[in-house]
Order: sequence, then C-alpha cells, then structure tokens
Amino acid sequence: MAAKGKIIWVSGPAVRADGMSDAKMYETVSVGNAKLIGEVIRLTGDTAFIQVYESTSGLKPGEPVIGTGNPLSVLLGPGIIGQIYDGIQRPLKDLAAKSGSFIGRGITTTPVDMTKKYKFKPLVKTGDEVKPGSVIGSVKETDLIDHSIMVPPDHPGGKITKIVSEGDYDLETELATTSESKIPIKMYHMWPVRKPRPYKSRYDPTVPLLTGQRVIDTFFPIAKGGTGSIPGAFGTGKTVTLHQIAKWADSQVVVYIGCGERGNEMTEVLVEFPHLKDPRTGKPLMDRTVLVANTSNMPVAAREASIYTGVTIAEYYRDMGKDVVLVADSTSRWAEALREMSGRLEEMPAEEGYPSYLASRLAEFYERAGRVRALGSPDRDGSVTLVGAVSPSGGDFTEPVTTHTMRFIKTFWALDAKLAYSRHYPSINWMNSYSGYLADIGKWWGDNVSKEWFELRSEAYGILQREDTLKEIVRLLGPEALPDEEKLILEVARMIKIGILQQNSFDDVDTYCSPQKQLKLLKLLVEFYRQGQKALKDGASLADIRAMPVIATLLKARMEIPDDQIAKLDQIETTIADEFKRIGVKVTN
Amino acid sequence: MSAQGGVQYSKIAEIKGPLVVVDGVDSAAFDELVEIQTTEGERRLGKVLEVGNGKAIVQVFEGTTGLSVSGTSAKFMGKVMEMPVSEEVLGRVFDGLGRPIDGLPDPIASKFLDINGEPMNPEQREYPRDFIQTGVSVIDGMLTLVRGQKLPIFSGSGMSHNILAAQIARQAAVVGTTDEFAVVFAAIGVQYSEAEYFKRSLEESGALKRSVLFLNLADDPAIERIITPRVALTVAEYLAYDLGMHVLVILTDMTNYAEALREISAAREEVPGRKGYPGYLYTDLSTIYERAGRLHGRKGSVTQMPILTMPSDDITHPIPDLTGYITEGQIVLGRDLFRQGVYPPVNILMSLSRIMKDGIGEGRTRADHQEVSNQNYDAYSRSQEVRALAGIVGKAGLTGVDLKYLEVGDSFEKDFLTQAVDENRTIEETLSLQWKVVSLLPKNELTKVKDKFIDQYYKER
Repeated sequence: MAAKGKIIWVSGPAVRADGMSDAKMYETVSVGNAKLIGEVIRLTGDTAFIQVYESTSGLKPGEPVIGTGNPLSVLLGPGIIGQIYDGIQRPLKDLAAKSGSFIGRGITTTPVDMTKKYKFKPLVKTGDEVKPGSVIGSVKETDLIDHSIMVPPDHPGGKITKIVSEGDYDLETELATTSESKIPIKMYHMWPVRKPRPYKSRYDPTVPLLTGQRVIDTFFPIAKGGTGSIPGAFGTGKTVTLHQIAKWADSQVVVYIGCGERGNEMTEVLVEFPHLKDPRTGKPLMDRTVLVANTSNMPVAAREASIYTGVTIAEYYRDMGKDVVLVADSTSRWAEALREMSGRLEEMPAEEGYPSYLASRLAEFYERAGRVRALGSPDRDGSVTLVGAVSPSGGDFTEPVTTHTMRFIKTFWALDAKLAYSRHYPSINWMNSYSGYLADIGKWWGDNVSKEWFELRSEAYGILQREDTLKEIVRLLGPEALPDEEKLILEVARMIKIGILQQNSFDDVDTYCSPQKQLKLLKLLVEFYRQGQKALKDGASLADIRAMPVIATLLKARMEIPDDQIAKLDQIETTIADEFKRIGVKVTN
Repeated sequence: MSAQGGVQYSKIAEIKGPLVVVDGVDSAAFDELVEIQTTEGERRLGKVLEVGNGKAIVQVFEGTTGLSVSGTSAKFMGKVMEMPVSEEVLGRVFDGLGRPIDGLPDPIASKFLDINGEPMNPEQREYPRDFIQTGVSVIDGMLTLVRGQKLPIFSGSGMSHNILAAQIARQAAVVGTTDEFAVVFAAIGVQYSEAEYFKRSLEESGALKRSVLFLNLADDPAIERIITPRVALTVAEYLAYDLGMHVLVILTDMTNYAEALREISAAREEVPGRKGYPGYLYTDLSTIYERAGRLHGRKGSVTQMPILTMPSDDITHPIPDLTGYITEGQIVLGRDLFRQGVYPPVNILMSLSRIMKDGIGEGRTRADHQEVSNQNYDAYSRSQEVRALAGIVGKAGLTGVDLKYLEVGDSFEKDFLTQAVDENRTIEETLSLQWKVVSLLPKNELTKVKDKFIDQYYKER
C-alpha cells in the first residue's frame, strides 16, 4: 500500500512528513502539490525524512506526500546512448521542451522514447532454457552499439514459451514469455540505482584501458575494470583530463557524470562529441556516450543520486559484454551533497562536517567497478572502469574526500598546481602519482606492442626520479655545480617532460597518441640518453650535446608527426645516431 | 516591491542575529517573502529559511537591530521575492535590495521576476565562443574573455582590481559587431569611494546610460548582501534574454557576500565546514556564478566578472577556492607586481581562462594565438625559476640560455604586461608584443610553437 502523508517541516532540500508509516527506506515519493520527486532517507515512527530532487521553493507544511512503492530506479533499454540526463534520468531535452531554457519543477518524462521502434533480432527460440541475465535477442541502438536484450536479473527465466520473430518493435512490446514467470520480457526493464547489478564471477584486471594520453598509458596506466582517481585544486586541468579520457578511451561505452560541476562543461561535451570521431571506428563519439548532468546550481539531492544513476547504466552495458568507462566529475561535490543532507538530518558529523559514513559510501561506489563474466548465456565478459575526480578544498590532499578515496582506488593521478602554473599539461605529478596495475598489464604491452616496454618505461621513470633528487642540489648550488653526467640527466628529464609527459589536448595531432607512437617516443628519448652517456664518456662536452639540432625536432615530434606517419620517427632515430657520430668525430679530431 | 495582501502573524518567539522566529504559523511556504513591521511602523523585508511545526525562521535582510519580541509583526506575502524589470532600469541606481536610490520614481515594470532565477538547462546552453577584446594585453593575449563566461578577479586588499574592472567595462567590445551591450554593476559591501570610482568611470566613458547600478555599501545592512547579486543578475538576465543585449556583470566584493552567508549560518547553529563557512557555500555560490552564459536561440549573453579580495592574499581560503572551482578561470593579481608598480599586476602563472581555447584561433583572433601564448607562459614560468636561482647562486652561476630567460622575464613585464589605464590595445598589437617577448630566445627554445608560425612571426632580437 502506498504511503499517504503530509508535510510538517521544510528546510531547503529536506522535508519531513508525518502519516508515513507505510513508507519504505529509499522509496521514491511525490512531494507537495507541485508533485516534486523525493526519496525517503530516514523513518522515525510515522515521520519520514525526505530528500527532494527539485527546488522546494514555495513548498508548505500541510501539502501531501504520496509514496510510489518503488525505490529510485532507472530505465534500462535501447535509447539511452546519446542522451543527456539529469541526476534522476530525466532527459534534459524533454525538460527543455516542457519548461524552456530554464529547468522547471514537477515535470515527469520517460527516460527514453518508448514509441521508437528498433529492429529486434531474436537469438533464442521457443523451448530454449534461459536464465536471469541471458540474452534473448539484440537491437541496433546506434551505429556503434549492438544492444543485447537480456532477461532482467530479477526475472526467474525458464523455458521460452513464446518469442516474437525478427522485426520492428517498440519498447513496450512483449518480446518473450517464459515458463517460470507471468511477467513478459520487454526491450527494457527497471533497476534500483542503489543496488549493484549481479554478475557470475569477477576477473583480475589485466588489460590496460588505453586513453591515448602518454602520461597515463605509459607511466600511470589504468586497467579495464579498474578504479582511478584524479584529485587536483581548481585550474589544474581535472576536467580537461577527464574529457580526454571520455574522448579517447578504448571502451565501447562512456558514461560521463557531471556531478555538481559547471554547466558550460556539459555543453562543451554536447557540442564537441558529435563532431569528434572515435579513432578506432571513425564514428561520432556521441554514438557511444551517455551524459548525466547535475550541475552545481541544480538541486543538491539529485546530485547525490546522479552518481548511482550513472553507475547503474554503466553496469547495464557491462552486462552486454562491453567495456564501459564511467567518469565522475566530481566526487567531492557528491560528498558535499551527502554532507548537506547529513547536516539537515542533524547527524553527528565526522571530519570537516562530512558524515561518518562517507568512507563506506565511497567504498561501495568504487566497488561497482570490475571486469566480470555476466549472468546467463551466452558467456559475456564486460567491464566497468571508474574514474572519479576529487576537488580537494584548498588543493589539500589530506582532506577527508581525498584521503578516503585513496583507500579504495588503485591508480592515483595527482594533479599539481605548480605544474599547471607553468602550463605543464596534463599536470599529473610524476612523483606523487601511482598505478597499482603496472605489473598486471605489463604482459599486454609485451604481447601487443613491444617486449621493451617495461624496461624503457622503468629507465625513463628512473631518469625522472634522479632528476627530482638532483633538482634539490641545483636549487642550492646552481646547475654549474653538477658534473656533466648529471647535467645530462637534467637535460634528458627536461626533454621527457616536454616531449612525452606534456600533451596538448587542443592540438589536432597531439590530442591522441597511439600506443605504438608512445613506445617509439619513449624509445627515442631513452636512446638519446644512452648515446649521450656514451658520448660524454668518450670525451664529448655537454654543450655539444645540447647544441644538437635534432633535439628541437624530437621535442616537437609529438605535435608534428601524426599516428599514421610513425615511420618519420625512425628517421629521427637515424638522425640522433648521426649527430652523435658527428660529435664523436669532433672529439677524436 | 510593494506589500499588499498576505497573512499576518504577530507572535515572535525569538530574535537572534539576522533571524526572527515567528510562532503560531499555520500557512507559510519555504522561501516565501516576509514583510516585518516594527512597532514604529518601519517595514523590512525577509524570507523564510525553514518552516514547520508551527514555526517559521525568517531571515531579515535589513538586519534585526531595533526589533522587539512584542510589537513586531510578520506578514507572509504568498510569493517569493521578485524584482520588477523593464528597459527603464538602464541608467538607474538601486540599493542592495533593488529599490531606486537616485531620487527618481520606481521604473514602470513590464515583468516581475523571481530573484533566485532557475537553473539553466545545460542542454539549452549555447557554448561561449565570441572573443571579447578588452584592450588589456594580458587578458586578450593570455586570459581571453569570452561572451557568456564567468571570469573572476582574485585580488587582495588595496590592489588595483577595481581600476582593472572599470577599464574592462569601458573598453570591452566584440570586434566587428554592433550588438547592444549593457553593464550591470553590483557593489556588495564596498566603500563609497570604490562605488563612486566605478560610477564616475562609466559616466566619463558615456556608458552610464547603458548601465544599471546596485549599491550595497559598507555601512548598509550586511544581510542585504545575500540579495544584491541576485537582484543584479535577475536584471542582467532580463536584459540579455528578453531584450537581447550582451551584458557584463561586475560583482564586487564576493568576499563580503560569503561573510554575510556565514553570519546567517552561524545564527542558525549549523555545522560549519572550513573556516566557519557553511558546508553549502559551494552550492550557494554556484547559484550566483552559474547564472552566466548564453542560450540557444536567444541573442543576448550574460558575462560575469566577480571580484573578490582573498583574505591575507591566500588563494586556498574557502572563498577564492570554491569560487575557482565554479568559475571558468580566474585572473589573479600579484602582490609583488603591485608593489613594483606594475599595472595591471596580473600574476599570469596563477591565472587561467578555461574558455579561451574556444574563443581564439583562426577566424576569431589568429591561428598562432594559442601556441604563442603557451610559449609565453612557458618562458615566463622558466624566467621565474631562473630569477629564484639567480638570487641564490648569482648570475655567474647561470648558463647562457638561463640568462636569456632572465631577459624574457623583464621584457614580458615591461613590454607586454604593463600598460596605461586608458590604453586600449588591439589584438594584433597584443600578439606582436607576445612574439616580441619570445623572440628574445633562440629558435630551438620555442618548443610550443609549430615551425610554420616561427617562420612567419619570429624575429630574432
């Protein structure tokens, strides 16, 4: 029975209602005469505490609150890709159609067009045995997405008693029925957002998620099904880095959650993605992207929900056997939403006013990442990779959201304001960042790109580490105090920073770098260092090395040589060897 | 802002700080406008912060000084606070709550608008792309302002932020268009002299008749500051989206706004976040800053330039920190440059314009703009490192290239950054100055610029 109560208290997004003894925890309710959408987050006697997903301006005590009987759920079916949703899966396009350029209240919409027809291809026949999660057919959702229609995980399955033949059907059509349930299987089903979708088993992440960003792929990689976090003060380039991952990651689906961030950033994605081509398929990136936008000025409670809405959609595509990347910008704003509701509930605060359950909520979220074998048949392996931005107040990484997040993620890309101030982008600090996947994915690089990868990467990283120590000496005594061998390290470290670590997202060529090109650039720089060492030993001076014309070419190779002309990098290799030879000749003479 | 009708209650339970708790309330809505009447018949405005269990907590904008528990009554107006708008607001001066203070009658309203506005649907936003030429080299060249952007000035007490903001307001133009523009200026707790400087500056340039001024001065009620930016933005949105004007909104000083918010939060005994500011400071600031932008199918735009003074010049203080997370960049003024007498004293290394990349380049400014600007950043940043090093080891310990970078640093500050308060440089002049600075370096140091641009613009000095 649905609860029917009335409002007794309103303060911002928090509402208390009495007469709610029939309400369940996390049930969605309709609040007030304006029929605002809310969710029950605490029950005391017959009083329910409700967080409201829309502005409560004008709401009065005495107005009705009506339960829906259902927890906050998302609709999962074809039509999701390419959409931009608010935090509770309402398409922003539909909201605009109903309330204009500014977001009105109490508007109900369907998350996808229920009347749109998709060409359904059945993959099972009458009499076949299906289990929860089994694929019964597929539809073409976009040019890039073959959308599997699955038995919902909460449906018992059984023997197929009836299934439609190939043809065009809309979402409400009953596609199949089974012996074990009266509930027909349609093209869509509902799933509660706070409940992780089940799977058969889980694998270790061993395949890298390639992002085309050198500092990530080469130095601090993330695996498919892994977790990563990108903390940084404002202006350090969090959003640009996340956009780059969303654009170039080699996954089939991207879910981008703008959680409490800037409106124009979502617009930027909307404007840019339809024109950008996936480097692997040549199709528009929007054909694989879903956006969930709850910008900073939109109601704070829906910001809390947006994270769950996004991750549930990601899991759904994972269950089809796809690799999905979910990018959440920013988890700090989500934590702030928790803090705000916690404050209104008058809970005892932990650090900096955040609720004591902040850590467990973060853990639950990041645990929804993973590479899994999906339920049912046929066998499908998919993954959800979670990347969350953190916006630490004052850029201080010891604040609660950053420190708790670090406990639950394996790749940490620490953004550095100092690097950003000197326009070293992406400003990922190579001394403070780490990746827990390096050993696991080394094999993939060895098998697919080059056996030398691990060694080259270690050598280059070693140079950067040496430089970090030497810099201390330079700071005290000046660069001239160092012997030439060490000055060479400084010189090569500088070249690695400019030629590899830095990457210009706004340059047509530099924005994406293939693994092959990454390896080649790495090899050129390491090779330069090895030959430089040898030349010094043979008596050459550092000034000669510094004056080599090939350096400028080498440092611009990332911008000047596109992926399809990698052979030009081999020419640079020859030039390096030639120029070192010339220095050698000069010495012997 | 007249006060007809409404339900009146006269049982005041408590008065604390800026808050009045009204008892026995059976019909009040959250956010509703309230008119408080004192025993002397004086009327003040407020709004409902919390309602329930027969009580309403009302925040009084003009402060609670002189209110008493007996004799004070509260009238609930049955609507949220609204601002009357029409084309006639142009050229007018209002107080911090939007009431005229220039001695002229109330402008005839063509519309009444909720001062809180509504969140813009991100799907309906038009991405900002039109380059605004401010005539200030450091901004046009390296921190480009774009129509619909929100770009704050982070300053410190006593620095030249108001002079810079006024110069931008006078000179800002989109090259090659004749679209109508307007300036909305909101003074939030600033001194009379600062507001007066701004007003005079607009007057002298003839821009006053296209401007709207909202003045909450330092001696005006502090709680009113919560409302001032909102009435100003409501008017700006009307001018932009109803009348199709390009509006530049200057909000100064947002630090005073945040302090008023903290005062209310403390009076409500809320759990504080950092430095006593409420946990929702970020969300609250976003409801102001996110009101900048452009919309599909509408001609106008709202560009925001909020100004804030960083307490003890600390950029990690919650106010600049949370502002920087919402705005699309920041222009940071540097104390060292200011002391050396450099105008504008912009510390470019800490400054940023996020939308710059979309407002510049071929067809907008020039193809080499982004790259030459990157090279300037790189060179200036390097020059700062070398300067620090030279301070320790002396010039003798530096390499030849390092010495070149020292020259670059000086040339950047002297030739490019420094300009006169009334100097209006074109974008071409600005770009040639940028090339002039980096041309002090040997060609092979220019790693951020493509060879074709070097061939075209580099002139060895």
